[in-house]
Amino acid sequence: MAQTTTSPSQIGPVSTDSSRRARLAEFWYYFSENRGAVIGLFFFLFLIIVAVFAPLLAPHAPTMQYRDAVLVPPFWEEGGRATYLLGTDAVGRDILSRLIYGTRYSLFIGVIVTTISLVGGILIGVIAGYFRGWVDTVIMRVMDIILAFPSLLLALVLVAVLGPGLTNAMIAIALVFQPHFVRLTRAAVISEKTRDYVVAAKVAGAGPLRLMFKTILPNCMAPLIVQATLSFSNAILDAAALGFLGQGAQPPTPEWGTMLAEAREFILRAWWVVTFPGLAILITVLAINLMGDGLRDALDPKLKRS
Amino acid sequence: MSEPIVLEGRNIVRDYHIPGGMFSSARTVHAVKGVNFSVEKGKTLAIVGESGCGKSTLARIITLIDPATSGDLLIDGHKIDITKGGLTTEMRRKVQIVFQNPYGSLNPRQKIGDVLAEPLLINTNMPASERNERAMAMLKKVGLQEIHFNRYPHMFSGGQRQRIAIARALMLNPSLLVLDEPVSALDLSVQAQVLNLLADLQDEFQLTYVFISHDLSVVRYIADDVMVMYFGEAVEYGPRDEVFANPQHAYTKSLFAATPRATVDSIKARLARKKVAA
Repeated sequence: MAQTTTSPSQIGPVSTDSSRRARLAEFWYYFSENRGAVIGLFFFLFLIIVAVFAPLLAPHAPTMQYRDAVLVPPFWEEGGRATYLLGTDAVGRDILSRLIYGTRYSLFIGVIVTTISLVGGILIGVIAGYFRGWVDTVIMRVMDIILAFPSLLLALVLVAVLGPGLTNAMIAIALVFQPHFVRLTRAAVISEKTRDYVVAAKVAGAGPLRLMFKTILPNCMAPLIVQATLSFSNAILDAAALGFLGQGAQPPTPEWGTMLAEAREFILRAWWVVTFPGLAILITVLAINLMGDGLRDALDPKLKRS
Repeated sequence: MSEPIVLEGRNIVRDYHIPGGMFSSARTVHAVKGVNFSVEKGKTLAIVGESGCGKSTLARIITLIDPATSGDLLIDGHKIDITKGGLTTEMRRKVQIVFQNPYGSLNPRQKIGDVLAEPLLINTNMPASERNERAMAMLKKVGLQEIHFNRYPHMFSGGQRQRIAIARALMLNPSLLVLDEPVSALDLSVQAQVLNLLADLQDEFQLTYVFISHDLSVVRYIADDVMVMYFGEAVEYGPRDEVFANPQHAYTKSLFAATPRATVDSIKARLARKKVAA
């Protein structure tokens, strides 16, 4: 037995101190192993800062129309002006300012949609997977029905019922995303439930609530975190699509997807009107996905190098 | 016969109903067909048999995980029926189990300290400091060290994990410990260490063991009484020496005959047989 205890330096930061701070340090140690995740995290933090300090950072008001500067190219192009760093759109609004303000909307949509669908999906999925029987059957058939609709169409119908607007669009998208979380959670719970450690916790006297949320659920989180980061980006895209169809964020809201949709007809004439909102969405989605990967690696002890 | 009887089973039956599908009718599988046994305090009952003979089903019934279809289960003289009414924590604390596979029986997201402290957290009102203290003491008792307290299960070998599983089972001071093939997933030298640990702990805490195994050499080492199961029935039941010296049932005889022997005499006899055959 003595041979198996390697020197502590090889094990990494496994301390005998279990305080919150030590746990945080341990989390950071494993998270920082993944360089992409760290870059993603810093970009995400940068986005948050931009969103919070948008009024200070933006050179112009996002809805201010400069009639003398319609479709001005970025400053390095011929005919560009230094006051409009990334150019202006068809009605003379500064694109950089709109992008900065758009960060607020995009992050807001991502956070709210993911939170609603994740929390709801986990609750329903754990109940379905733990109790099985008719409860499971009823829940899963309802989820199958939701999944049977094309997601955007269903969101569109929901928004049509609730009335157009950003809030209703977010609720609709959350409802559409929910079945994915329910299915993932249920499948993971079913496979974990029969494991010996769950039986052992039961023998130790743990009640159903404790078994569901303290024993089983933490072991099902890895796929859920990845799915959550993917939905974060999908939520931004779907909200943009709804905006394009006139059911989401209403103009002149500087939402990235809505900007993209408004600029559709200028793709050939003014590339900057489409490119910059598109790049903003792309980079944000990429950063969030990278961060999600690192998060999963850091949170799952099975993937830790020891 | 001076020691009190901790565990008694009277005519325990367990049937599994398999509901009929589209092409098959419903069936009933008799996993355990009327088994009787009793174990005194501080003794070990070994249950031996081949795969699928109902050993593990019986273990789950004794551990109060699954109910028996019929029959009486008495623990410390109290009749227990988990289908009627909830189980009191008092009863729950008396029986604990150690599983066969040490890789699946520990929650991969729980640190060892939390694994050990969890039973106390659920069943007692102890403050956290006392729980940790007791967990640490138990960790040392099963031969692990203080530095292991905040590690995750995946950082341990199979033998160490089985020690942790044993420690967890003992946290509530049970009177009865069900060991469901606790060493069959371990290699031989580690098997011996774990068996010695079990024997030491039995002496120290006056534990009663129900030891389920298919390995007769292990049974011979640890058991006081032996029960041989065959297709859900107890075909042989008695003190260890009696069963090993004078097996009555044909299945028991063939089981013993199938055990490889490594004594000098048996090797010589085998070589002699080989020579004759050649």
